[in-house]
Amino acid sequence: MTKHIKTINRVNLQETVKRGGCKECQASCQSACKTSCTVGNQVCAK
Amino acid sequence: MIHKFEFDGTKIVLDVNSGAVHVMDEPAWEMVDDFYVLVREDMLSKYRHRYSEELIGEVLQEMTNLYSEGLLYSEDKFSGPDDVSNDTPVVKSLCLNISHDCNLRCRYCFAGSGHFGGQRALMPLETGTRALDFLLEMSAGRRHCEVDFFGGEPLMNMAVVRELVSYGRSRAAQLGKEIKFTLTTNAVLLDRETADFLNNENISVVLSLDGKPETNDTMRKTVNGGGSYSIIEPKISSFIKGRNNENYIVRGTYTRHNTGFCGDVLHLADLGYRYVSVEPVVGMPWNEWSIREADLPAICREYELLCREYLNRMQEGRPFEFFHFNLDLNNGPCLPKRISGCGAGYEYMAVTPEGDLYPCHQFVGREQYRLGSVWDGITGRQVVDGFRQAHVYNKAKCRDCWAKFHCGGGCHANAQLVSGSVMEPYHIGCEIEKKRLECAIYIQVLRAGNTEE
Repeated sequence: MTKHIKTINRVNLQETVKRGGCKECQASCQSACKTSCTVGNQVCAK
Repeated sequence: MIHKFEFDGTKIVLDVNSGAVHVMDEPAWEMVDDFYVLVREDMLSKYRHRYSEELIGEVLQEMTNLYSEGLLYSEDKFSGPDDVSNDTPVVKSLCLNISHDCNLRCRYCFAGSGHFGGQRALMPLETGTRALDFLLEMSAGRRHCEVDFFGGEPLMNMAVVRELVSYGRSRAAQLGKEIKFTLTTNAVLLDRETADFLNNENISVVLSLDGKPETNDTMRKTVNGGGSYSIIEPKISSFIKGRNNENYIVRGTYTRHNTGFCGDVLHLADLGYRYVSVEPVVGMPWNEWSIREADLPAICREYELLCREYLNRMQEGRPFEFFHFNLDLNNGPCLPKRISGCGAGYEYMAVTPEGDLYPCHQFVGREQYRLGSVWDGITGRQVVDGFRQAHVYNKAKCRDCWAKFHCGGGCHANAQLVSGSVMEPYHIGCEIEKKRLECAIYIQVLRAGNTEE
């Protein structure tokens, strides 16, 4: 149990390099007219 | 690399390379910068006048554990994709500009009221089917494809939309693929018949409305120069009810005339719209409505205001979803996806009514960016490769930015419009994105029940 730091999510993006890049996820777009996605708010499609 | 920020007293640290988020108490917050550069003795020496040695030792031990686990000051072991410039691009998403015409005359329209600087035109069925064939051919190895009906105003060419959905579904099934269709509309022509089609075909719909009547009507004009709110709002409200308040998003654009956009978002929420968003307008510096650097403090305060109200309403049991506050800290996209962003120009392309290909809908009409056509295929390989290499590791301003794995390097079209190069991110867009991300992370922290007093 930690007293000073609470970790919200134990993820490591670096690990996703090994399994990632399948490109099945939704295209993201940040242009004003589309309201698609900030990349980081997408969900992995795997 | 870490990013520290405080929101309403909650002290949050994002470990950039791992994506881990931590909430820290005051001593840890104070010491976390030094943890990476000072040895234990120096830390004790620096902080013992404020904290006991025991407390400093506890903080250092917790940080050391996180460091060992790769959750604090983690390394970036990835340096970008391999050189794939000789590979054939895999195109998995198309924006079909089904109509280069529009029945509104929105003042900020990047498409120049729908025609993109060219002739007003509707996409013929033949061009649309060829575009879908192009997508299914070019998405080799990918099961999921996406098509957005866009414009101009796509409902002005609804007969072709109907045919293309039918053709696309059938052809994709033959090839063991799936096409997810979306449609972006101003809702002027959104009648019962069209609504039934969109609902029956499970098509996600993006509906444009800028917020309060006065906000909307300042920029979103009818052909005759009148306001459009009274035409659009009843149609959107009726449409949403007809699909059980799901599978849509109502989005608006804010300009420097309404940097108090929180009120517009809440107006949309008060109308019963569950999924809403507003986006900053992008224009040239000489457009009187363009957002200036001087507007940023007010805009950032507005996102904070919106964030608090978003949380209030969630607690009161009347939540709404604000698109940019959605963030999945545990199951987000992989790093290869995060560094390349939208994939414009090689995974995602826009098709004009004539069948010409551009990196995305915003690049249509910027002739130096034409990639080819659905008839002749991709002929602008140099442009394609340029977009493929425009990832965060190759952009000087992105390399040292804490937000790079969340924004993916930002919008290429905005960057090119403002700076002249896709390699030079749009500064104002970056600052807004960073503020939105801080709000989104804070919300996730609260949702996880991890506030620190």
